[in-house]
Amino acid sequence: MPAYIGRRLLATIPVMAVVAVVVFMLLRLTTGDPAAIIAGDNATSQDVAAIRTKLGLDRPIAQQFVIWIGNVVRGDLGESFFFKKQVSQLIVERVEPTLALATCTLLLAVAMAVPLGVLAAWRRGTWIDRAVMGLSVLGFSVPVFVIGYLLIYLVAIQLGWLPVQGYQRLAEGFGGFIERLILPSITLAIVLVALIARITRASVLEVLNADHVRTARAKGLGEAAVLVRHVLRNAAVPIVTVIGLGVALLIGGVVVTESVYAIPGLGRLTVDAVLARDYPTVQAVILLFSVVYVMINLVVDLSYTLLDPRIRY
Amino acid sequence: MKTVAEPIPALLPEPAAGPDDAVRRLARNRSVALGGAILALIVLMAILAPVLGTTDPARVEPVLRNKRPGAVASIRNADGSQSTRTHWMGTDSLGRDVYSRVTYGARVSLLIGASVALISTVIGLVIGVFAGYLRWLDGVVMRVMDGLMSIPAILLAIGLVSLSRAGLRTVIIAIVIPEVPRVVRLVRSVVLSIREEPYVEAAVALGARTPALLLRHVLPNTLAPLIVQATFVCASAILVEAILSFLGVGIPPETPTWGNIMAEGRALFRILPHNILFPGIFLAATVLAVNILGDGLRDMLDPRIRNRL
Repeated sequence: MPAYIGRRLLATIPVMAVVAVVVFMLLRLTTGDPAAIIAGDNATSQDVAAIRTKLGLDRPIAQQFVIWIGNVVRGDLGESFFFKKQVSQLIVERVEPTLALATCTLLLAVAMAVPLGVLAAWRRGTWIDRAVMGLSVLGFSVPVFVIGYLLIYLVAIQLGWLPVQGYQRLAEGFGGFIERLILPSITLAIVLVALIARITRASVLEVLNADHVRTARAKGLGEAAVLVRHVLRNAAVPIVTVIGLGVALLIGGVVVTESVYAIPGLGRLTVDAVLARDYPTVQAVILLFSVVYVMINLVVDLSYTLLDPRIRY
Repeated sequence: MKTVAEPIPALLPEPAAGPDDAVRRLARNRSVALGGAILALIVLMAILAPVLGTTDPARVEPVLRNKRPGAVASIRNADGSQSTRTHWMGTDSLGRDVYSRVTYGARVSLLIGASVALISTVIGLVIGVFAGYLRWLDGVVMRVMDGLMSIPAILLAIGLVSLSRAGLRTVIIAIVIPEVPRVVRLVRSVVLSIREEPYVEAAVALGARTPALLLRHVLPNTLAPLIVQATFVCASAILVEAILSFLGVGIPPETPTWGNIMAEGRALFRILPHNILFPGIFLAATVLAVNILGDGLRDMLDPRIRNRL
């Protein structure tokens, strides 16, 4: 077991290295002087020269990479010329809305998708199954911003049940905080529900025909107990895996949803930074999101042994 | 896990199926028929855009700004005569006809979907075959692919479009790069399983050279899963393009794309939701059609990957 954890940790090193190289190259691939690009349009030639020395742009590219990665590891992500502050500070300020939105969305998605998937598998071939699967294809196909605007129009504007847009910090009161998170979370959850429900159905179907399920039924267990204790537990590994992979969709969706609902989080920051050609911020946010994604999937992989004691490495 | 009985059918030659037979089988699959029919309608709409009662989708008419769907407007023609025109889907804040923009917008979405699917499949196929067949290449290539896949696709695309002037080509490249690793993984897994098949061993024993082996035995086996994968790549490419345009980082706003129409409609969304609604419906219908088609093809062509995503 410790050997497995060690191997799995080692395996993330090359992945992170590739991510770092790609993010590093993003800026080096632009046409023009990276120092001038980082400094922004209103920089003086002294500013540009200072950045050039700091990043070591006069040295070979490999050395530049080492300097850059060294700065990143120390938490120095550079300075945003657009927002006029350290990128790391910018990220700290923007992380709360994104974290809140992502957590709410994940909880909502899992709470909806797993029962739906189990139901579809349990009633395989009936109209329930077909409805769940049909809605899941639909969920994959309707773009997140279309769902967002539809919900805003129906729930917030026509019915007036919830605030239209915006975000309220948790510190300013839980009611307003959660009220403004409901619509964005539903919007973002739909594609995840589609993904997770599909896998849950497939995974549960495979277990439903197993001998131990027949035994459980034969000994007189209620259907609910059979489904939860004997089927779902054995179907858990693929479901948890796809939730981990779904985080990539979640991150992509955060960028769009935060723009639709005017939430001042990291996703919104990404778009603003791209529009302003604020490359240090773009680099930092892409790097951060990718690290989070890799780490979540690392945790998912390590959780397999807990979920299924038969798995031994 | 291989059972004893499994290799036997693989040794038998497949019964020959003519192209007519394949078409008939395709049409009989309900998903393929439904998805294909909707998609065909949208393709037709894109091709016939100029003759479907549209005007120049880029024509700005300041007098006709922000008209609701169904609004009738009279226009003064070049020769001084008056004629009326009904804006079925209303106009946008520059007075452009939304119906015309939506109709022409289908061209961009379909073009992006098809070209991204084609390009990423071809690149992925080449890389995947080499990675699967040449052991020394495999480790390096797959680590690079894993790394690329660790960057959420939309973020990577956004990062890539920010590098140069946004345009059709930049957007296509930006969407292709995140899709390639997924194709490579698929092709590699097929190649790895095929190379262990007895008939491939037999071909090697008979002295088949590697290029011939790849072309005659490996490549045909990748075809079915690749076609299925290509439809999903196409669907996701159409979505990503719309997202990039919607966020304002994609194709320049004057080009009518569904994402651009919606981006333009954001400001006045509360009063005039049609600018988001109509392109949204067409976008969703197109992606849905491609997805349904893909699901049907997957069930038909390769029952083994039915449960895979």
